[in-house]
Amino acid sequence: MSNVFIAFQKNEDSRAIVEAICEDNPQASVNEQPAMVRVDVPGRMVIKRSSIEERLGRSFDLQEMQIHLITLTGHIDETDDEFVLEWRH
Amino acid sequence: MAVASVGKYEFAPKDTADKFPAPLLYIGWEDHLMLCAPFCVPLPPVMKFGDMVNGALPGMYGAHPDFAKIDWTKAEWSKSGQPWKPDFEKSLAENGLGHKDVIRFRTPGLTGIKGSFH
Amino acid sequence: MDMKVNKKLGLKERYNLMTRDLAWTPTYQAVKDVFPYTEYEGIKIHDWDKFEDPFRMTMDAYWKYQAEKERKLYAIMDAFTQNNGHLGVSDARYINTLKLFLTGVSPLEYMAHRGFAHVGRQLAGAGPRVACLMQSLDEIRHAQTQIHSLSNYNKHYNGFNNWRHQHDRVWYLSVPKSFFDDAISAGPFEYMIAIGFAFEYVLTNLLFVPFISGAAYNGDMGAMAFGFSAQSDESRHMTLGLEIIKFILEQDPDNLPIVQRWIDKWFWRGYRVLTLVAMMMDYMLPKRVMSWKEAWEIYAEENGGALFADLARYGIKVPKGWAQACADKEHLSHQAWNVFYNYGAAAPFHTWAPSEKDMEWLSQKYPDTFDKYYRPLWEHYAAEQKEGKRFYNTTLPMLCQTCQIPMFFTEHGDPSKVAYRESTYHGMKYHTCSDGCKEIFDNEPEKYVQSWLPVHQIYQGNCFTPEANPGAPDFNPLAEVLKWYRMEMGRDNLDFEGSQDQKNFAAWRAQASGN
Repeated sequence: MSNVFIAFQKNEDSRAIVEAICEDNPQASVNEQPAMVRVDVPGRMVIKRSSIEERLGRSFDLQEMQIHLITLTGHIDETDDEFVLEWRH
Repeated sequence: MAVASVGKYEFAPKDTADKFPAPLLYIGWEDHLMLCAPFCVPLPPVMKFGDMVNGALPGMYGAHPDFAKIDWTKAEWSKSGQPWKPDFEKSLAENGLGHKDVIRFRTPGLTGIKGSFH
Repeated sequence: MDMKVNKKLGLKERYNLMTRDLAWTPTYQAVKDVFPYTEYEGIKIHDWDKFEDPFRMTMDAYWKYQAEKERKLYAIMDAFTQNNGHLGVSDARYINTLKLFLTGVSPLEYMAHRGFAHVGRQLAGAGPRVACLMQSLDEIRHAQTQIHSLSNYNKHYNGFNNWRHQHDRVWYLSVPKSFFDDAISAGPFEYMIAIGFAFEYVLTNLLFVPFISGAAYNGDMGAMAFGFSAQSDESRHMTLGLEIIKFILEQDPDNLPIVQRWIDKWFWRGYRVLTLVAMMMDYMLPKRVMSWKEAWEIYAEENGGALFADLARYGIKVPKGWAQACADKEHLSHQAWNVFYNYGAAAPFHTWAPSEKDMEWLSQKYPDTFDKYYRPLWEHYAAEQKEGKRFYNTTLPMLCQTCQIPMFFTEHGDPSKVAYRESTYHGMKYHTCSDGCKEIFDNEPEKYVQSWLPVHQIYQGNCFTPEANPGAPDFNPLAEVLKWYRMEMGRDNLDFEGSQDQKNFAAWRAQASGN
């Protein structure tokens, strides 16, 4: 099963997002590089607004994620509550 | 196979012979990648092949330490990738070379700097 | 009385209402006349509504988040400038990667803006039109942020100030330029596969991650900031590319062979342009991020592998040149840097032979090839340079008719042999560097016979200023070409050793840390 991944600029907001991803996707692996952090998950990654809000302590619109986003891979499905990346093979 | 287009798609080629001062010749020295690519030079068709080898090539290839060691009597030539024997006494045109022809020479025993093909 | 509050619409419904649902089918004019380019490529679309917008940003969200990105970016740029951030880079050699970027990549951002604006007008479906127009805006943003960011370096270093003029003229820049000219002169569907899919999805990480990570590793906060800022837009672009190819393939099985041919062509053309990135990663970054080979393994083999496994269900196969590109990862960067070392007098950035430490790294990263094929070459150059005989090649090279790169590429399976391919069209010979470029030529010869090949144009006498006098006895064609390039001999070009950049950087750095 191939990985999907998402990469963010390193800052305090993306730290919360990465933690949320790891909590909601048990098979997630994190790769740290200068100024950038990348999270890989086999097959399907779900990013939940509620998990991020819990960690940030404020309301969060998933589209706000784009300010920190560097790159990603996989098919996207975006709703108000979840941002999903997945491969379908 | 034609280019898909909404109308007529016909354009003059950019590199017809009449646009150059002389026909272009491409020339490459096998196994010597230090000179990173084959050369492109316009050469008069009446130039003797031997004059090209002795007159023009040193300026092009002389920086390579192997060049001075070349025994031209043993060099192997190709034209369009096929084995070819040029007559050093005849002109480029008489040797059958025309616009945008590609020739290569291989110098047996010489394989570049420390045998690295460079 | 209770106020009845309807449940708020979901993201997808809101987005549709504000974009595609605003469109209508023209009735005063024939649809064919309003959208004259939609059919000639042979692509069949039956239902444009099946296109799924992956990122659902209405204008209010778009401006909000783009404005936030701009605020952050310009704050970093200001801080970088105020702090003389340029003196914090690892080594002044690094600055040459930025010259390469500004001359080679930034003009493509502008052209992408034009291309997506065009396609955003010509596609008959409202969903993709909106996505293309957002991308068009993003791309001119990228061009402008890059110019802003790199203008800071232009204040202090050579080789930045004529990038726009040089993009249209300088020999190595015809490579990216012709790549994009090919794409924007294709139809809207080919353009979307070429740029939206092949370039912005399959290959994008191989362009941007090396440059941005290179910036981060070498202390260049300015470039890193614009890189990251652009990349966040790139994610939208990537998803557009992936979505459009899925959509086209799902619309009609007849689309498959056309799309496959475009994937084969544009993977190869894009891969050839990335030659510049390969050499940048392995030879130009003082603090290297990873090797080209490693980057290829992660972003092409692993990532691309996953992508093509996903597309296999439509009948899509891995691009034709894939195996060769994978094999060439061992050689590409070394061979490419040799080209720029050879022709170092003709590029507006500096070149140099790798140091002993650099070569240790290269040995380690390329255990099967570096010491055997390339170390002897660099050691030879270093020895020559020590004796004051730094090698510069003064004869013009043979170029590939398709990718326009000097014919340095070697045969798949034999890195000692230059690859030569030949075609004949209307009685004239045309030469290409590989099976990939030959096939591209043979499929559309009418396009590529028009290639403006810099070497041929020089010989035709088209690369001199109006003041040049070819009849004069002391006429020096190469010097005149450099004048036409607006490159100053001895200042913008030649070896890094002894350059003004090197001297200035050292002097300023000393000033910044002493009294």
